[in-house]
Amino acid sequence: MSSVPAIEIRNLFKSFGPLEVLKGIDFSVAQGEVVAVIGPSGSGKSTLLRCVNLLETPDSGEIKIEGFNILDPDCDVDKVRRKIGMVFQLFNLFPHLTVLENLTIAQRKVLKRSDEESEAVARKNLERVGLLNMIERYPGLLSGGQKQRVAIARALSMDPDMMLFDEVTSALDPELVGEVLDAMRVLADEGMTMMAVTHEMEFARQVADRIVFMDGGVIVEQGPPAQIIDNPQHERTRKFLRAVAQED
Amino acid sequence: MFSGGLAKKQRQTRIRWTIYATSIALIALLAFIADWPNLQKTLANPDVAASLFPDIILLAARNTLIFTAVGFTGGFVIAMTMALMRISKIRVFRIVSTVYIEVLRGLPLLLTIILIGLGLPIGIAGFRQMPIFWRGVIALALVTGAYMAETIRAGIESVPPGQNEAGRSLGLSKSQTMRWIVLPQALRTIIPPLTNEFVILIKDTSLISVLGVTASTKELTRFAREGVISNANATPLIVAGLVYLALTIPLTQVARRLETKTGRV
Ligand SMILES: Nc1ncnc2c1ncn2[C@@H]1O[C@H](COP(=O)(O)OP(=O)(O)OP(=O)(O)O)[C@@H](O)[C@H]1O
Ligand SMILES: [Mg+2]
Repeated sequence: MSSVPAIEIRNLFKSFGPLEVLKGIDFSVAQGEVVAVIGPSGSGKSTLLRCVNLLETPDSGEIKIEGFNILDPDCDVDKVRRKIGMVFQLFNLFPHLTVLENLTIAQRKVLKRSDEESEAVARKNLERVGLLNMIERYPGLLSGGQKQRVAIARALSMDPDMMLFDEVTSALDPELVGEVLDAMRVLADEGMTMMAVTHEMEFARQVADRIVFMDGGVIVEQGPPAQIIDNPQHERTRKFLRAVAQED
Repeated sequence: MFSGGLAKKQRQTRIRWTIYATSIALIALLAFIADWPNLQKTLANPDVAASLFPDIILLAARNTLIFTAVGFTGGFVIAMTMALMRISKIRVFRIVSTVYIEVLRGLPLLLTIILIGLGLPIGIAGFRQMPIFWRGVIALALVTGAYMAETIRAGIESVPPGQNEAGRSLGLSKSQTMRWIVLPQALRTIIPPLTNEFVILIKDTSLISVLGVTASTKELTRFAREGVISNANATPLIVAGLVYLALTIPLTQVARRLETKTGRV
């Protein structure tokens, strides 16, 4: 079944009131593929990502997850979301729960795992991101980088088939970015299907199989990292890459 | 022009001294014209005060607290329901809860208590079977529920939307996310205002006394009023007032402390 794309999007449109944010997106992610989405602020990257797990409802178009049309009214959204892990720019850890409880709550309530099983899964995933020693803490006591690694471990604890990342290092102090990117790199090496909105060009170059450049609600161009970064075909892409290079 | 600051200061000093002088004069006048022995006998009579015990605590204060607790519990359930309806996607729910909240917050509490305690039983036979103090407690629950609904709604809306999104993206359903993620955080922020609502309710139970209650269901105000009549002496009102203060002031302090605590987090 690995011939079925993990994510398949066709002719997707989305507006917020009068503002048209996605203007006909065609796009897919193969199973095991790592796709980096880049583009200027306001180009619709987050909106596209959030449509994939229906945090935003598209106006028209088609979204298939593993071949299954999730815009079908009969589709159980909660079941789809279980397969898709999501990590946010601002972590969104649950501040009233310990790290362990952050990782077990959905396992217990959604997957009906026992306390023992969910804790074992949580420990395994905290170990993966190197934070097993923080298991009893509340999120408020963690550094930004630690919070984001916990958020990754939380998503992984649901055994998702794919992971979405929305600028997960943008809110971090520069010295904490590396540890989060490393955790993502390990995931990519393990063969996880990933779609990551990012401003980290070095990361995109090294880890992504493909880079997608968005601007103004459309995909302007996409291709292997080397091609997009070193030899972009469109003026808009060149302009964006120059701007990013200047920032650093 | 440059002496303006000094002139202002002098004027303020003069005003302050005028206030002091007037106050002292007024107090002196009151002390002079007041009939102290008589006041003491009618407002702070130790014999009358002693005769109020232990009933004022074991019966009256106890009933006040029972009415408050029952009214608060009922009100909380109503408030939670109304708050969830208020933020629901279903329009009818939103309309019903909005109307409920606005109407009950817009009416004088005394009118609502009389309406439910005495008015409705005229029209609805089933109500007549219910002991009269229960009708009063129901009225209190309905009204405090309307106030608390707004508090709870504000608490829910103060939880960042990212919390809801994180819950949903983990596969938790809408109601699971509300129950396990949003509400626990919302309740933390609204415990101080809910404590204040509890204090208000302690005082508002006194309004039930207008309904006329049986001997065993007298609360503090009713108890004191009857004490005034039977003793021809106002001391029971003073004692009841002190009992109210003994209940409300500590709770208000607790609420204040909780407020600064949650404010810091
Ligand atoms: N819920 C919303 N309501 C109204 N407008 C929105 C909403 N979400 C996004 N937008 C608007 O849609 C446009 C695209 O937003 P989006 O977040 O997808 O951009 P982005 O490419 O992720 O940008 P950034 O790099 O700044 O995160 C922006 O103009 C934004 O203001
Ligand atoms: Mg974004």
